[in-house]
Amino acid sequence: MLLFIEQLLNGLQLGIMLFLMSAGLTLVFGIMQVINLAHGSFYMIGAYVGATVTARTGSFILGILAALPAAALAGMLVEILVLRRLYKKDHLDQVLATFGLIMFFNELTRIIWGRQPLFMDVPPWLAGSIELIPGIPYPSYRIAVIAVGIIVGVFLYLLFTRTRIGMQIRAGASNQEMAGALGVNIRLLYTLVFSLGTLLAGLAGVMAGPILAVEAGMGESILILTFVVIVIGGIGSIRGALLGALLVGLVDTLGRAFLPTLLRLFLSAAYADGVAASLASMSVYILMVAILVYRPHGLLPANG
Amino acid sequence: MLKVDRIETFYGKSQALFGVSLNVREGEVVTLLGRNGMGKSTTVRSIMGLTPIRSGRIVFEGTDIHQLPGYTIARLGIGLVPEGRQIFPNLTVYENMVATAANRLGMKTPYTLDSVLSIFPRLTDRLTHYGNQLSGGEQQMLSVVRALMTNPKLLIMDEATEGLAPLVRREIWRALAMLKANGHAILVIDKNLDALLKLADRHCIMENGRLVWRGSTAELAGDDGLKSRYLGV
Repeated sequence: MLLFIEQLLNGLQLGIMLFLMSAGLTLVFGIMQVINLAHGSFYMIGAYVGATVTARTGSFILGILAALPAAALAGMLVEILVLRRLYKKDHLDQVLATFGLIMFFNELTRIIWGRQPLFMDVPPWLAGSIELIPGIPYPSYRIAVIAVGIIVGVFLYLLFTRTRIGMQIRAGASNQEMAGALGVNIRLLYTLVFSLGTLLAGLAGVMAGPILAVEAGMGESILILTFVVIVIGGIGSIRGALLGALLVGLVDTLGRAFLPTLLRLFLSAAYADGVAASLASMSVYILMVAILVYRPHGLLPANG
Repeated sequence: MLKVDRIETFYGKSQALFGVSLNVREGEVVTLLGRNGMGKSTTVRSIMGLTPIRSGRIVFEGTDIHQLPGYTIARLGIGLVPEGRQIFPNLTVYENMVATAANRLGMKTPYTLDSVLSIFPRLTDRLTHYGNQLSGGEQQMLSVVRALMTNPKLLIMDEATEGLAPLVRREIWRALAMLKANGHAILVIDKNLDALLKLADRHCIMENGRLVWRGSTAELAGDDGLKSRYLGV
């Protein structure tokens, strides 16, 4: 039981990281109709800038404060210099161009930071563990990641439901032309939405820094899962991204943790471990297929 | 206030407007009449910058607007009630009203939530409903209210009452009469000639992308041949 709760928290933490990534991607995909394969690059930029500033200053908070504007600024430049030329093109052009951006950013990070990965330490004030439930010490840093995700979720909820800019973003998502005809500067709105998305990716990157190695190409591995999340949740839906991210995080983590034990009830240990590893890797994709069969537009589509 | 001067508009290689000219003065209600597909909505889209013109000029309050982006044209003081309502279905009625609300021109008595709801009280009970949960009539009321909340000097209504129940139509015409009495300039497209003759000061008739007739209410009302030839009534 204790192991289950611990894995549940791990799944929650992975889900929150995926939410930070997918919230931005689903906004860009849903509102701007742009398939941005380079979204993982902003995650990487956030991680690199955060790791560098943290190493230089010794302050993880300063690392976060540097990573966020760096990712947002990089996003703003990409939107202005590259994506504006792609809005009216078809998705294949967008895929090719943003794939090119992945290679560009990966090489750029190698030029600036070298080929060796960077390692970020967990800040001392988050290095311990907390007993959320008696008998289950859980790393403070992972709890902090969960807390940050919840704060971001609440912030996005308030932004989109309580502010005029949030309402305009949702209006623009449903009918760009009409929003423009009522005085909304759609081009500026796009830049803001894209920057917000890349800022969130940068936040996910810097939060992942102390858990993973910071290296060129780190964004690609999480990007695939992020796309799975937004397809499951419903493209363009922040609520869907949250639900999808939690589902994927939990299914992936619990599958890897408990499938071997479960399969050993029916199969030999060696065979069960092999099958469990394969099944665990496939689990989120099986989940996606199962959901799409019953909800082709995802669990909580934006206009549902 | 609005001067459209010999505009020509194309969809790809296909020409939709051929030298259309019209004007709307302050406090005046002008109609754009004609059968379906004659270029009325294209004229509106051209004025709003949604379908850019290829030649000619459009001047609003002394500013050339035909090269401006649509949002800038709206900000200069033109409110649009588009064909098909086009309310935002994923926003509540309240959000539809406030999302684009503004008083950029510094009107002394700008429209507020209360004042626009007094025009269509029916929407008061619907404030928390999403746009796609409204009836067609309620959507049209919301579309009018949404445009008024931008505090425009000129209101453009494309197909003001198309597809609406008679009771709702009466409400829309009543609201337009009230707006006219308050000094609003309105460019309106509709097929209900009787209501338009009561409301409007001047009329323009379009056929095949050309403006073929313009005149006063008295002139149009008294010319049955004109009505029969161009409007089918």
